[in-house]
Amino acid sequence: MRVELRVEAWRAWLDERLGTDAVREFLRRKAVPIHRHTIWYYFGGMTLFLFVVQVVTGALLLLYYRPSAEAAFESVQFIMTEVEFGWLVRSIHSWSANLMIATLFIHMFSAYFMKAYRPPRELTWVSGTFLLLLALAFGFSGYLLPWNKLAFFATKVGTDIAGDVPLVGRFLLRFLRGGEEVTGATLTRFFGFHVAILPGMTTIVLALHLILVQKHGMSVPPSLEGKSLRKMPFFPNFLLRDLIGWVLAIGALAALAALFPWGLGEKADPFAPAPAGIKPEWYFLFMFQTLRLLPARVGIVEGEVLGVTIFLLGGIFWMLVPFLDKPASGRRSRFFTGVGVFFVLYLVIMTIWGYLV
Amino acid sequence: MLSWSEQRRKLLNILLGTSVGATLVAIFYPILKFMIPPEVIEATQASVVAGRVNELPPNSGKIFKFGNKPGLLVRTPTGEYKAFSAVCTHLDCIVQYRPDMRLIWCACHNGQYNLSGKNIAGPPPRPLEEYVVNIRGEEIVVSKA
Amino acid sequence: MACKWGMRQWAVLTLLLTTFGGSGANVARAQKKDSCVECHAALEGPLAAPVEAMNEDVHRARGFSCADCHGGDPSRDDPLESMDPRKGFLARPSPRAIPALCGRCHSDAEFMKRYNPALRVDQEREYFTSVHGKRLRAGDARVATCTSCHGAHGIRPAQHPLSPVYPLHVAETCARCHADAAYMKEYRIPSDQYDRYKRSVHARALYERQDLSAPTCNDCHGNHGAVPPGVASVAHVCGQCHVRQSTLFQASPHKAAFDAMQLAECVYCHGNHEVLPPTDEMIGTGEKSVCVSCHPPGDAGYQAAERMRALLDDLSRHLERTLAILDRAERAGMEVSRAKFELNEARDALTHARVLIHAFSVKELENVIRPGLEIARRGYQAGERALAELNYRRKGLAVSLLFILFLAFLLYLKVREIEGAS
Repeated sequence: MRVELRVEAWRAWLDERLGTDAVREFLRRKAVPIHRHTIWYYFGGMTLFLFVVQVVTGALLLLYYRPSAEAAFESVQFIMTEVEFGWLVRSIHSWSANLMIATLFIHMFSAYFMKAYRPPRELTWVSGTFLLLLALAFGFSGYLLPWNKLAFFATKVGTDIAGDVPLVGRFLLRFLRGGEEVTGATLTRFFGFHVAILPGMTTIVLALHLILVQKHGMSVPPSLEGKSLRKMPFFPNFLLRDLIGWVLAIGALAALAALFPWGLGEKADPFAPAPAGIKPEWYFLFMFQTLRLLPARVGIVEGEVLGVTIFLLGGIFWMLVPFLDKPASGRRSRFFTGVGVFFVLYLVIMTIWGYLV
Repeated sequence: MLSWSEQRRKLLNILLGTSVGATLVAIFYPILKFMIPPEVIEATQASVVAGRVNELPPNSGKIFKFGNKPGLLVRTPTGEYKAFSAVCTHLDCIVQYRPDMRLIWCACHNGQYNLSGKNIAGPPPRPLEEYVVNIRGEEIVVSKA
Repeated sequence: MACKWGMRQWAVLTLLLTTFGGSGANVARAQKKDSCVECHAALEGPLAAPVEAMNEDVHRARGFSCADCHGGDPSRDDPLESMDPRKGFLARPSPRAIPALCGRCHSDAEFMKRYNPALRVDQEREYFTSVHGKRLRAGDARVATCTSCHGAHGIRPAQHPLSPVYPLHVAETCARCHADAAYMKEYRIPSDQYDRYKRSVHARALYERQDLSAPTCNDCHGNHGAVPPGVASVAHVCGQCHVRQSTLFQASPHKAAFDAMQLAECVYCHGNHEVLPPTDEMIGTGEKSVCVSCHPPGDAGYQAAERMRALLDDLSRHLERTLAILDRAERAGMEVSRAKFELNEARDALTHARVLIHAFSVKELENVIRPGLEIARRGYQAGERALAELNYRRKGLAVSLLFILFLAFLLYLKVREIEGAS
């Protein structure tokens, strides 16, 4: 009895100062529909969880990492060998980055195929595409930070491609590299992006994304629209289920870190020739492979410029899907489903092809 | 006396609480240990402590580790400190300081370098890379030029 | 008075044209007429070849021309006058005459000072101490003289990469005669030196690694005073570069023994032309060992050889073992660069030990091998520690996975419980 009185006293104290009653009420009412596709609902939270893992491990790495060409590689080596559990923190950071992007893609495509972008959730979708771009930027900038040979050349190739964007390409290349070539200046700049600028932007966009999700609640697939469905309370049911997933994710990360430690390779040497078979990370591979397949010139336009332009247009299309998919008739909707299937197949096939070559 | 299902409920809660606690410890323990500075506090290979001020008498030398390569710290007859890469430019043997000859000598094929690192006799085709030496209190710090 | 173009005018014109016309080099060079070049350039085949060759010649570049060696009068066009023996013309000098011909300038210090004060001026004298020189004096016209190695026309300085006496070409130049079995038959010396040399470690250094400090024929035999090093002095020759080995050998018991038996020190074990990279198998009592060619089983030397080989093998084995384990640890993701660095000292110890063999002293060898073994052992322990750490991590992982799966299972039960109740 006394315990409950104490809890009640705390609740009242907090509510008077922070207005927490409204939040508690909302959480109590929040519910998740149960149907055949409920499983996809977990991937957004999983991506968020892995992002939190990144923030925590990233902050820890910041205690020892040095963002200059002379010391970066050695500092990562130091973390891997001298710092207690440094190997664990660093490997988890690298693996979690990849897992996060994988779950992000699953989350995005599942939301797409369930047409969760239908009104009134258009802005949730748009903010989501921005989060995709931010995640890819995180991956690209973070990859360079150990300053090893693989990363150096992957960055060189990647920023070369950025230079192929029509009109602003040259400016973009200099902006990214901090100069004409990939140098220590690039490293410092990428570090700034990775630990300050991108996290700041992500905080804002993520907050917007999450607020919108709370505001509109979970969407259901079009076929189930209007039907009355069983619902489970978010707290504690859905959250407990989320936790199972998150706990398993921790296990997976620990296993990957111990059994497949993330390698360091050799320190970057700007004067050495590029090693054979440079590839970007897997989540950029589909773009890389596409560009490799395009001929050097297509009409009056350079092949790479054409490729980059196509991807840009594709990205813009993807972002605007909520405004384009207005199903006056069912046929329109099926077209977009088809486009989605095409994109998924394209990504998967190009990625696999990129690895095999 | 609790019913069977109530007992199970309580057991599950206790187990769950303990497991969650243990997992949190398993997460925060490594984090804490990570944050505590290790014995060797710095990683930099750009500079290294090659010795202490009273270690070398004038006209003597010693080998020290610089990154993954050997370095040679020499105290000249006039008392100043010089440091070079100790890898002979001929066939990678480790050179040494010869107090009797007052120069740097390679035992493998009689290669000789003067106290500026310049190859002056024998097969070595190039001078030894010279490093920058600074005295920091009691320590002799060698760094790449 | 108008001049009509008659014979005289034509003669003057011809004279003017031939003086100032002709090859550009002629005009560019001294104002002096050079009929040798003018005529021979217009000839064919071997008579014209020297003119072409002389364009690259170092003497030509200094202002010398044909008559400075061959004599005669280059200002005259008439062959009878320009190539008049009374004017000192010497058509094709006989081999016997060549050293003196070149020596006329090259042995004259005052003269040479004007052109290249750094050049030696004793080549001619040195030459006559050589086998070639001695035989030449005795009447053998088949031996090498100055022009055999340096060329006659188109002589380049020895430092010029295209000179036949540039380090990279010396062996080929000597081989022109010395590798020709038919040519060398009457001298009854072998003619396989060039082939053997090409297989040697010195040739590999010179030709493959372009290490110009690697020895070629003249580094051991001398160039002008070329002579096979005497049996007692071979060690000094090799010792020019291989200082330590030579010093150790001179101080070892083998020196007296080899001298007494008239054995050619370094050459006896290592060969002279076909010097191959030495291997540990040369020490000891195995079939490839050089020790057993003198030391019968059971004698002190035999036992010493056995012991020394055992020491070398020991260190070599430990080193390999340690490298293997460190590599394994590194491939598995562990950081072992410090241990690898420290292993360098052990590798150095092995190199020193292999040099120390030339002292032929078991005790001295032990003094070097023992610390090396210690270092190798420490490196091995570092490797073992790294692998143990790896193991520890894996065990730690297995344990934590168990807990994690257990927790996930409990959560699942909790969910079931909550939903079972509703």
